[in-house]
Amino acid sequence: MFENTKDTIRTIRTAGKLGWAMESNWTDPFLFAIYSVVRPIASSLILVVMYYVITRGKTSLDLFAFIYVGNAFFMYVVNVLFGISWVIHDDREHYQMIRYIYIAPMKMYYYLFGRGIAKMVLTTLAVIITIAFGMLALKIPINLMTINYPLLIFSVLVGIFIITCLGILLAGISMVTAHHSYALTEGIAGLFYLACGAIYPIDILPVWLQYISKLLPLTYWLELVRRAILGKSISTTLGGYSDFQLILIMLGTTLVLAMFSNYIYRSIEHIARKHGKIDQLTNY
Amino acid sequence: MNYAVETFDLNRSFKLKKAKNKKENNNTPGKLIALDNASIKIHQGELFGLLGPNGAGKTTLIKILSTLLLPSSGTALVDGVDVVKQPDQVRKRINMVSGGEHCGYGILNVRETLWMFSQFYGIPTQVAQARIDVLLKILKMEEFAKTKIGKLSTGLRQKLNFMRGFVCGPKIMFLDEPTLGLDVQIARDVRAYIRTWMKENPERTVLLTTHYMAEADELCDRVAIIDKGKVMVCDTPGNLKKTLAGEAVFRIEVPLAANGMETFGQISGVKQFAYEHKSHLGRTELKFILHDESAISNVTEFLSNNSSKIVSLSKMEPSLEDVFVALVGRGLKDENGSQN
Ligand SMILES: Nc1ncnc2c1ncn2[C@@H]1O[C@H](COP(=O)(O)OP(=O)(O)O)[C@@H](O)[C@H]1O
Ligand SMILES: [Mg+2]
Repeated sequence: MFENTKDTIRTIRTAGKLGWAMESNWTDPFLFAIYSVVRPIASSLILVVMYYVITRGKTSLDLFAFIYVGNAFFMYVVNVLFGISWVIHDDREHYQMIRYIYIAPMKMYYYLFGRGIAKMVLTTLAVIITIAFGMLALKIPINLMTINYPLLIFSVLVGIFIITCLGILLAGISMVTAHHSYALTEGIAGLFYLACGAIYPIDILPVWLQYISKLLPLTYWLELVRRAILGKSISTTLGGYSDFQLILIMLGTTLVLAMFSNYIYRSIEHIARKHGKIDQLTNY
Repeated sequence: MNYAVETFDLNRSFKLKKAKNKKENNNTPGKLIALDNASIKIHQGELFGLLGPNGAGKTTLIKILSTLLLPSSGTALVDGVDVVKQPDQVRKRINMVSGGEHCGYGILNVRETLWMFSQFYGIPTQVAQARIDVLLKILKMEEFAKTKIGKLSTGLRQKLNFMRGFVCGPKIMFLDEPTLGLDVQIARDVRAYIRTWMKENPERTVLLTTHYMAEADELCDRVAIIDKGKVMVCDTPGNLKKTLAGEAVFRIEVPLAANGMETFGQISGVKQFAYEHKSHLGRTELKFILHDESAISNVTEFLSNNSSKIVSLSKMEPSLEDVFVALVGRGLKDENGSQN
């Protein structure tokens, strides 16, 4: 058991270093830093502009804060999900090392998680920068003294776990569907953007879509993150639950997702090994 | 005696896609049999060669043994462990290097790459670094230790891939055409390293595939000759060549010839016949395996009756290649002419 833990940590750490080497593969570290700061701010500015255009300047600060925070944290979904789900494809087609990674005596989950760590760290930085920019430049009402930090940190960690499970699921699928895996990841991320209340409360979704929203752990994750940072939520559907109830629901749906993703990954891996697809180049 | 590798009636087939060319009218999607009831036994401590032309099924077998591919049927044990039932246990014992490959994580340097893989195998850092130093030295890569993979030539990358396999400390090593496309000197270094590695520890085993007969002859304790997925024979190179001891092997060069080849095999006294066109030399090389040396007169007579000039004629010591020709009735190289 103890040996296993050591192996796991070593795998994650080594894969993490590889992921970091790739993320920071900029000839100029200064450019890399600028890019990491400027990109999130630029994307939140786009959101701000869209918001003002749609509301024609009639801003409700509560709604704007809701959207802004949700959108900032949704960066985790986009970056980490793409980061992890793309590893198998990249290792197979681009680096052509998948067969040597695959036959190594390590659990692929840990390898994939490790490869995603660099993205998680960089995204955390980007989220902090985006939130700070929102507070300073856009006067979003966030009080650093009243943020529920334990709830925030706990939620972010669970959120990363959720996104890792989703990433592993998609990584599994990319073992057999080389051509469409990019579109698939994009589609899934888009679906979450709509269904999990990233930009508006799920109350405004059609009822059937709300059912889907309530099955997705990311919905509860975003709600908890907002409560931790803004101290309140404007969603009437989720507003009735206490923090504690939401945490339980989030953990429950996460557990189901983890089992589902593990099952799908294993099944697809078996299919890929059966059909000789583990290391088969698709050449496109 | 423990077997390092044992396979029992191993089969693997691939579904064939419909022929792309409609004119061929080959619209029944068929099955390609890559391994056909292949049974081999490799002893612990053996340097075992799998010899066969392109498409014989060598890579397929290596992939099954290294847990990349499932067999269609049959059993394969590596160090006594079933590759289908316990792939995790197999992976701890093995490594695999596929030659002719020159990819890698271009952003890492040589030492970082080797260290990274050693970590995936749980090798303590100090042991790994010491091993890396030895590998760099023997394979003459010391000056490139800090060079990024992206900047290495293809030959050096292939050498790096070879080192990657060994740095992980496997008990059983699968080498799939390890010298494919390497220049002569690097190939020599690679072969020398394989021998050194085997000598260091009697428990180590290598399964090496190649279509270079000389390589198998020079390196291997035993070889299996495989063709169209079937294991034809399996013995030491010496014993295999002895099966031709009674026969005589002649090589005859004639001006580039196109037709009439089929009839050569029917000359009386000829056991097997193979040929290879050497268009860059303007010649065709004919190889005759004769039941008896005296039958060579039949051959020369037949050639002159067909007004074929003889450029050269020589008698040869039987090689593994001749064993192959005698077994399957064609040369290793006349499959599709794409051999290098
Ligand atoms: N993934 C695959 N799909 C279809 N056919 C394959 C596949 N892999 C190998 N084959 C076929 O199986 C046969 C054996 O291939 P291989 O094991 O690579 O031979 P070798 O390594 O001896 O050259 C070949 O005819 C090859 O075309
Ligand atoms: Mg091959």
